[in-house]
This record gives sequence, structure tokens and C-alpha cells, in this order.
Amino acid sequence: MNQPATQAQGSLGVVELRIPSKAEWVAVARLAVAAVANRLNFSIEDIEDVKLAVAEACTNCIQHAEGSAQIQITCETGPEGLTVRVSDFGHGTRPEGIRPRRTDEPTVGGLGVFLIRSLMDSVEYDVHPDRGTNLVMTKKVAH
Amino acid sequence: MDIKVDVRESKGDMYVVDLNGEIDVYTSPKVKDAIGDLIDKGHYNLVINLEKVRYIDSTGLGVLIGGLKRVREHGGTVNLVCTNPQIKKIFDITGLVKIFGIYDDEDAAMQALV
Repeated sequence: MNQPATQAQGSLGVVELRIPSKAEWVAVARLAVAAVANRLNFSIEDIEDVKLAVAEACTNCIQHAEGSAQIQITCETGPEGLTVRVSDFGHGTRPEGIRPRRTDEPTVGGLGVFLIRSLMDSVEYDVHPDRGTNLVMTKKVAH
Repeated sequence: MDIKVDVRESKGDMYVVDLNGEIDVYTSPKVKDAIGDLIDKGHYNLVINLEKVRYIDSTGLGVLIGGLKRVREHGGTVNLVCTNPQIKKIFDITGLVKIFGIYDDEDAAMQALV
């Protein structure tokens, strides 16, 4: 059943999850991705970073992707780390949904994308007005 | 996943909001309501105790920022109690450490309100 840790870390694994685009399901997504990240040689702090980044991505889908009933989360593990793709099936995220904003003044909103970019090693958006938005983010394992 | 919210009056006109659990897009409205109720009743000096909060995301931060903005309009402020390194890190990287007073214990947070 259980592979030796080194074998699990070196192999490519793909885990897919699809959740309803509703606030009460975001916790399921972040805990599932944390369980996947736990298979790799991440520190607890790195796993917390991944959890938050995935939750922020799902929250963005819920708040900004119009017309999407589902969110798909795909995790790919490999020797270099973890890549997570968060996809909605809406009409494309509105620009305010992916614009990062750090807060030197008290401002509500816009922090999610800033957190994602701060916590992950690479972040790419792919916005299609008719097919939805893909966010692909990677966290590298420290060697 | 849930959040437990307890509100209690402290010395003077200061109120403490104890939060226990995880603050995310699902649970943050409950926190927003509790803080909003206090402000609606004219209480503008608040300590929000995050010591039992295991997780907070941007919607939770947004609720705290919104509360701070409202009390500042009335000359009040919001101080936070937080020692969890992961949560303090979120306040740090978002720059919110410059906006909130963040203290290691409730006494220090209360003292700073006086």
C-alpha cells in the first residue's frame, strides 16, 4: 500500500478534484491539496502556503467567474515539486479578479492574487472568454 | 470547518472578539457580522483575538480591514492578538502589519487601546 517516501517523491502523480463553485467547498479543496503536498518533501510551512494559494484561487473562481458551476483542481507531483491547476468554466475572470494588490492603505479586496503570487514559485493565468480561466501555479521542493 | 465567535466586554468601552477556528470565504461572513454588530452599537475600540485561529485567507483579512476602516471613522481602532507564525506571516507579506497593531497577548493589545 504505502510506497517508501523517496519513491513517492520521485514519481509523477496526478490527482484531480472537481468541486461545486460554492464557498462551503473551498475547505475540501485546500485540505485535499494539502494531503497531496504532504506526499512530497515539503516543510509544514510550504504546505500551508500551498493550501492558502489553492484556497485563494478557488475563492477567486467563486467570486469572479460568472457562469461557472464547478471548479476543477488538478495536482501534478514530480521530483521538482507540485503543480496545481485551478480551472473554472465561466466566461473568463473579470480583470479585477486577477489583479494583484498589496495593501499599504486599508483596502478590502485584491489580496488573494497578491498572496498567490507571494506564496508560490510560479503563477500563470490563461483566460478564455468562452472557456473559463486556468490558473497554473507551482511550488518547488527545496533540495 | 467552522468558526466560533465570542464577544465580551472588557474594561472601559473596549470589547474583545474571540475567534476560534478557520476564517475563509465560507466562515468570514460570521466574523463580519459580529464585528459589524459591535460597531453598529457604537463600540469603536476592539481587540480581535486570533490566538485560536488556525487559518485565515484574504476574505478574512478583508473583514478585519473593513472593521478597522469603520472604527477609524469614529476615532477608534482594532488591535489584534496573534502569535501563530503562519498567520503572522500572512499579515507580514500583505503589508497589514503596518496597519494593524498586532500583539502577543490580550493585555498588551488592550493596553495599546487606552
